[in-house]
Amino acid sequence: MYKSVLFGVLTVSGLVAGAATAATLDDVKARGSLNCGVTTGVPGFAAPDANGVWEGFDVDVCRAVASAIFGDPTAVNFTPTTGQTRFTALASGEIDMLARNTTWTFSRDVDLKFEFTGVNYYDGQGFMVPKDLGVSSATELDGATICIQTGTTTELNLADYFRANKISYEPVPIETSAEARQQFLAGACDVYTTDASALAAIRATFETPGDFTVLPEIISKEPLGPLVRHGDNGWGDIVRWSLNAMITAEELGVTSANAGELSGGSDNPEINRLLGSEGNLGEQLGLSADWAKNIIMSVGNYGEVFGTNIGENTPIGIARGLNAQWKDGGLIYSPPFR
Amino acid sequence: MTTLTDPPAESFRLSQLIYDTRYRSMTIQVVALIGFVALFAWLISNTITNLALLGKDFNFGFLSVRSGYDINQRLVEYSSDSSHLRAAYVGLLNTLLVAVLGCALATVIGVFVGVLRLSNNWLTAKMMTIYVEAFRNIPVLLWIVAFFAVLTEATPAPRAFRGESPAASMVLNDSVAFTNRGIYVPSPTWGDGSLFVVVVFLLSLAGIWWFGRYAHKRQNETGDILPTFWIKLAIFFVPVVIAYFILGRPVGLEYPALKGFNFSGGLQFRNSLLALWLALSCYTGAFIAENVRAGILAISRGQSEAASALGLRPNRTMNLVVLPQALRVIIPPLISQYLNLTKNSSLAIAVGYMDLRATLGGITLNQTGRELECMLLMMGIYLIISLAISGSMNVYNNSVKLKER
Amino acid sequence: MSELSFVRTEMLPEKEPPAGERGVIKWMRTNLFSNWANSILTIVAIYVLYAALSHILPWFLNSIWRADTLTECREIRDALNNGEPSACFAVITERWSQLIFGFYPQHLYWRPIVSFVLLFVALAPVLYDTVPRKLFIFTAIYPFLMVWLIWGGSIWGLLMVIAGFGVGYLAFRALTAVSGLVAVIVAFVAPVIWWLYPSGLVGDALQSIIPIAIESVESRSLGGFTISVIIGISGIALSLPLGIVLALGRQSDMPFVKYMCIGFIEFIRGVPLITLLFTALLLLNYFLPKGTNFDVVIRVIIMVTLFAAAYMAETIRGGLAALPTGQYEAADSLGLDYWQAQRLIIMPQALKISIPSIVGIFIGLFKDTTLVIFIGISEMLGFTNLIRANTAWNGIYWELFIFVGLVFWICCFSMSRYSQWLERKLQTDHH
Repeated sequence: MYKSVLFGVLTVSGLVAGAATAATLDDVKARGSLNCGVTTGVPGFAAPDANGVWEGFDVDVCRAVASAIFGDPTAVNFTPTTGQTRFTALASGEIDMLARNTTWTFSRDVDLKFEFTGVNYYDGQGFMVPKDLGVSSATELDGATICIQTGTTTELNLADYFRANKISYEPVPIETSAEARQQFLAGACDVYTTDASALAAIRATFETPGDFTVLPEIISKEPLGPLVRHGDNGWGDIVRWSLNAMITAEELGVTSANAGELSGGSDNPEINRLLGSEGNLGEQLGLSADWAKNIIMSVGNYGEVFGTNIGENTPIGIARGLNAQWKDGGLIYSPPFR
Repeated sequence: MTTLTDPPAESFRLSQLIYDTRYRSMTIQVVALIGFVALFAWLISNTITNLALLGKDFNFGFLSVRSGYDINQRLVEYSSDSSHLRAAYVGLLNTLLVAVLGCALATVIGVFVGVLRLSNNWLTAKMMTIYVEAFRNIPVLLWIVAFFAVLTEATPAPRAFRGESPAASMVLNDSVAFTNRGIYVPSPTWGDGSLFVVVVFLLSLAGIWWFGRYAHKRQNETGDILPTFWIKLAIFFVPVVIAYFILGRPVGLEYPALKGFNFSGGLQFRNSLLALWLALSCYTGAFIAENVRAGILAISRGQSEAASALGLRPNRTMNLVVLPQALRVIIPPLISQYLNLTKNSSLAIAVGYMDLRATLGGITLNQTGRELECMLLMMGIYLIISLAISGSMNVYNNSVKLKER
Repeated sequence: MSELSFVRTEMLPEKEPPAGERGVIKWMRTNLFSNWANSILTIVAIYVLYAALSHILPWFLNSIWRADTLTECREIRDALNNGEPSACFAVITERWSQLIFGFYPQHLYWRPIVSFVLLFVALAPVLYDTVPRKLFIFTAIYPFLMVWLIWGGSIWGLLMVIAGFGVGYLAFRALTAVSGLVAVIVAFVAPVIWWLYPSGLVGDALQSIIPIAIESVESRSLGGFTISVIIGISGIALSLPLGIVLALGRQSDMPFVKYMCIGFIEFIRGVPLITLLFTALLLLNYFLPKGTNFDVVIRVIIMVTLFAAAYMAETIRGGLAALPTGQYEAADSLGLDYWQAQRLIIMPQALKISIPSIVGIFIGLFKDTTLVIFIGISEMLGFTNLIRANTAWNGIYWELFIFVGLVFWICCFSMSRYSQWLERKLQTDHH
């Protein structure tokens, strides 16, 4: 199919064509690339480098899905979305999936009609304060000025938490994390609150990260995960199992280094099913047999992705914590490949 | 010689609807009307279908639901238990506050800069030119963000005021604190008898107005010019001060003091408000300065020369001859600048100022998912504000317009 | 006669004026210190200048242009400038291409550059009347060329769109003998039908026979300064015809048409642009049939066009009002009908008078393109956020703000200078 972009742009054909059909996979294949919504920039999770190449933990989820479909992790168009624009972009079909620090909540799932295809990061809202403030618990924050990022669930959590603990505070709503960082560093707010992962990411970029501390209180559950539109379960399955493949690969010890070797066949039948040397899982998804192998070869398993983007060896330095494999006492758990 | 006959009574033909100028405008209007109605019907039916597909409905019931979020700057009582409607109202008041403050300061800046640009002081005139060209040619959004950054970076954090030898201290006899969260100033406290002082103050305002009329009348009748400025100043201050002390100083000041994390007491002008206010004022002020300059230049030199010939001093020439005439040229573009400033105040989002767009069109919209209702309501409110401004300014414009007889 | 003379016969050589009345001192006395108020003003001004420059200049002069991260910049600063405040313009050296071109593929940078250069060629006949009139043909083609250059794709798509105008023109010529109004209506409807149905097929067919295409670039790759220019130029170009129609509609003596136009203009002028942009983003899906999916840049351009059209209409109305009634009467007396009069007599003059104000609208619109940051399109200001989101540059802002501000300033200042020049020229034309 050849249809020039120009054409889509210039003619009124936008009015009659371009219907978001049921089969997202067919659209993506026809287009030759995946449209993926990400944040407008959170270090370690999604940010473009000097060449305009997006990188980060959320970005790799998009790349994994692209690898599963095309075997090519670069066949992704990234669309930066703000807290305000992300859901519209997904609902209108502008993007095929959203991998953007989005909390799985009841109303987003049911009322806004999205399908969360799993959790790639278990997060919770935390507080960061300068050490010299001498605060060790969030309950000591009476009268503090708190920077929050607007358009997210954090505002509501914050209001609820402080109300429940009967302490007062002054909210300073900020649009982007870059702005929030500047305000916080200048001392225009005493506390910065957002998801604990983002706090760690931002703290890592400070000149003197050691002067700041994240308080022990986590005031909310924020399971973050990729999401797709309601109504196309086949597409939802692809995104869900792409994520699960990364998680299972880590559990089974399949890494980008040894996946090629293991795909020749191994003693573990689950590895064989995962890498496509046994069974027809790929075919059932409407993909090639080596879909999961492609993900692991080009993007890596969950642990590798975590390690290269936000892990303890990166400037961001987040410990696995809740996001360790279930065997190691974390919550990361994939249903079996069977 | 020809005989006049009645034109043959033509029977109406359908083609006349197109060819006959008498009917053609009717035809065009009917076609336009049908097109207009059809377009609207199409849009509305689409909306209904789409809403139905999404399982949404169109109602404003969500406005009475608990909002669940807090707003830092509230001119009326509000908490996270208040309704979304209340939140929108708080936002509206914040929008109006920054718009009114902005219009006032922009006018002051505009007149000041506009006059100074025509000053014969070379350096001042050039500096004003640089100011005008810099502000007019850079997007206001950038200015807002930059002002916010300056206010955050250039002022100390409240914790700098703490400790034995603080890095920063309050100014004006420990009454005003400049911090990077805003400026804290003393706020008045109203004790017993303060009502009386207020009444006296209002009466002295009335007195000033009455005296102005009297002085004007006297000047018209006798030609004597009273030193009105000093007398008005006296009427303004003396009775209030006397009443204030007789009643035992009922109106006091509450000074801001550092308590816990922040200053408490007094009034806080938040940085978000200040940045938005200053940036909008400086930006719009640059445009107003150009209008003022054009207005003054539009008055022909002959007018001021004639005034000098009559023996008027330069400031009287300005006040009595040049400005009243220039005002007529200045006011119409001034209206549109006020409108622009009000509309630009919706950029508050960039600095986290909780205006109408940030409450109703921001958090409420996000939390409830009611895009259609929120956006329509917000546009309606902005439209009403704009129409009110242009309406009232037009009334004023008509009152100063040249009365042609 | 004695040689004595009581009158000097030759002129004395001219003496220099006293030291206080010449050169720099005289200039300073008249321009800076003519009276005490003026002197105070001068001293205040000098102090303000000094205060500003003493802070900014050292920071500026110490600037660092080569570094890969902000941390590196700080190290260089501590090593070279003893930790004195220094600007770190290295961020611009490294990222300027993103600020200008957004995510546009690097090997295709020539395309936006060529379209910008051609833009000036296309604008030349509009802006300067000494340029050969034949260039107007290029001006007419340019919008399509720009779209093709920026977005790429098949040349046939472009030609098919142009063909649509040909279809409209042919329909007009064929039917104009039958009826003027019918011809006008068909001339509008026929191209739309052409674009909607057969053009795509014909374009694809031609492409398969003679493939001429350049690599296509998606809208999401656009950003930075490029997107501002694209939105600004398309907004102003598309709003011109709409603005003319609205201005004529507002002056029309048909009450319904008139009030419809007034309603539209006042509505658009009464709401902030940002609410219109949010409408484009959030509400357009509701208003259009299910499944309609516009590119977000197109949605923004549509909204910006409607926005600019309202202002354009008011400007053109001003131009129309400035024309002497004699022009209208002259047109009538020549027996021209309404559209002929507008096309041949009124509009050329009214538009010419309006050009300075149109440039003014364009400057405003161009500055307002920064607002698209709020709906997730990364123009220059948006890229300052994206750049700061990268760990390497997190924490830098003045350098980016200065760069963005400077780019906007250069564009807008030169445009406003041009419009002032034009205004002066038009004034002398009338005397």
